[in-house]
Amino acid sequence: MIRLENVEKLYRTDKIETLALSEINLEIQEQQFISVMGPSGCGKSTLLNIVGLLDVPSRGTVQLNGSPITSYRDRYLARIRNEEIGFIFQTFHLISDLSVLDNVEIPLLYRKLSGSERRKMALHALDRVALASRVHHFPSQLSGGQQQRVAIARAIVGMPRILLADEPTGNLDSQMGDEIMTILKTLNHEEKTTIIMVTHDLHLAEMTERTVRLFDGRMVN
Amino acid sequence: MLKNYLKTAFKVFLRRKFFTFISLFGISFTLVVLMVVVSLLDHAFGALAPETRLERTLGVFFARMSGPESSVGGSAGYAFLDRFVRTLPNVEKVSLSTFPGKVISYHRGEKLNSDLKRTDGQFWEILQFDFLEGRPFTVEDEKSANFVAVINQATRKKFFDDAPAVGKFIEADGQRFRIVGVVRNVPILRITPYADIWVPISTAKSDGYKKELVGNFMGTILARQRSDLDGIRQEVRARLTRVEFSDPKQFNRYVAPAETFFEGISRQLFYNGQEAESHPGKLLGVILLIMLAFMLLPTLNLVNINVSRIMERSSEIGVRKAFGATSWTLVGQFVVENVLLTLVGGALGFVFAFWALQGLTQSGLIQYAEFHMNYRIFLYGLAIALFFGVFSGMYPAWKMSRLHPVDALRGRSL
Repeated sequence: MIRLENVEKLYRTDKIETLALSEINLEIQEQQFISVMGPSGCGKSTLLNIVGLLDVPSRGTVQLNGSPITSYRDRYLARIRNEEIGFIFQTFHLISDLSVLDNVEIPLLYRKLSGSERRKMALHALDRVALASRVHHFPSQLSGGQQQRVAIARAIVGMPRILLADEPTGNLDSQMGDEIMTILKTLNHEEKTTIIMVTHDLHLAEMTERTVRLFDGRMVN
Repeated sequence: MLKNYLKTAFKVFLRRKFFTFISLFGISFTLVVLMVVVSLLDHAFGALAPETRLERTLGVFFARMSGPESSVGGSAGYAFLDRFVRTLPNVEKVSLSTFPGKVISYHRGEKLNSDLKRTDGQFWEILQFDFLEGRPFTVEDEKSANFVAVINQATRKKFFDDAPAVGKFIEADGQRFRIVGVVRNVPILRITPYADIWVPISTAKSDGYKKELVGNFMGTILARQRSDLDGIRQEVRARLTRVEFSDPKQFNRYVAPAETFFEGISRQLFYNGQEAESHPGKLLGVILLIMLAFMLLPTLNLVNINVSRIMERSSEIGVRKAFGATSWTLVGQFVVENVLLTLVGGALGFVFAFWALQGLTQSGLIQYAEFHMNYRIFLYGLAIALFFGVFSGMYPAWKMSRLHPVDALRGRSL
């Protein structure tokens, strides 16, 4: 489903050149739940951003379902992100001025849907993460675990085939972290969603099918 | 989607109330000043009673005669107007009148100042005065040098405590006139009709004005239709070359074109009345430039505030981009938010402008002026508010759209 071939990412500033990723060759099959591990600064988030089309590699190609998408224009990449990919961030990144329901609706705003259709899909997504009773709350009124569940609902509301989670339990205690992992596993088993999760936590990585390890921007065994 | 944008917009405005207040103040204050200026210009140059047929009216206001070494300029002279303008072919009517001049009256032991204008009978046939009492004086009154007068309601109040004045007598500039009519006040900005007291030209104390090429007169030409105006301008220009001077060695050139008052002002400002062509576009351009310059400061201020506001929302930008918003979609969102803010500021500006115009009217600073918000001023104000909204939103929105989603999510700005 996702193939990275000889992907390299180089960051350049006026004074410094940083090779964040080097010679990354990775293939991720549909419905896999894989974790990406490594020490801080090894390129995990960079890898996730490239897979999620938020960033482009300096060299190499990224293929999605056999199509090389690295050279596509921003507009087309935005559409793929909207339709195929959902993101879950460590710090949730909910918009504090919007209610839970409005936050979850965000991905649907960029599709041709009516207001009632968007609302129906958002309520369904919130129901799946057991937050249907909080639709009119604001993020500041929720616990960390609840906020992350809202973020998951936002990520899955458009029924993407791929979920990218960057340290989804990083800001949560272990109990809440287990709750989040339960939801992700359910999505992977029942919805057949492909999930790529960046984590520091070996315990969480062991709950996934496969672990990709990075060190200094390279894949290691 | 629009509802989502509007919800977000209101929440953002309420989040930083002080910045929102600064923005709204800047927009509304600028709008108030500009709308008052536009109202003044409209009041001075737009169609307003009694000048209700301005679209087919020209005037001869300013004249200049020049020679090899000397030049004299001022208002047009009676001699030129009577011989060359009154006799114009293919016009509906022509009137000659003086510019208003200060006169003194003594009433009940009190010294009173008034502005007196001398006109012919055709003056009342071209301009549509609102008569509260009586009638205008006629062509026959003027030919017979009858000492009759029309006064305005302010003069009626001054002299007669607002009691009916027709048939009574008024003294002005040492002359006694019988009042035949009372009209509604005409604002001082309306240069052609304005006065407190109108009397026939033929009642002037001396005949010296009849020989003047540069004097104290103006000509008012009412065309049959708008399309005749160019022909009238050309005819007057052609007649200028036929003006004879008593001393051709001193003066050999005469310039006194038929034009609108705005054109006349432009010609005086830019060419000191030396040229026959007025180029009103220059004056309009200067006015627009000044207005744009005045708008530039609050616009830049708003741009600055918007840039910092947008950068505070880098996380939101990153999230929206991550979930499929294109740069142009986000530009659209932020421009909509900004237009909403400026429309709110614009609405406040309209309210304050209304009060300001009321205040200006009641202050009496501009004699007899009554400023109103009409549809023209409303449309100009709306255009100004939209100008603010779009231009002050475009740059910050464009800057934001260049933000890389990864950097935005990390809270980094450009």
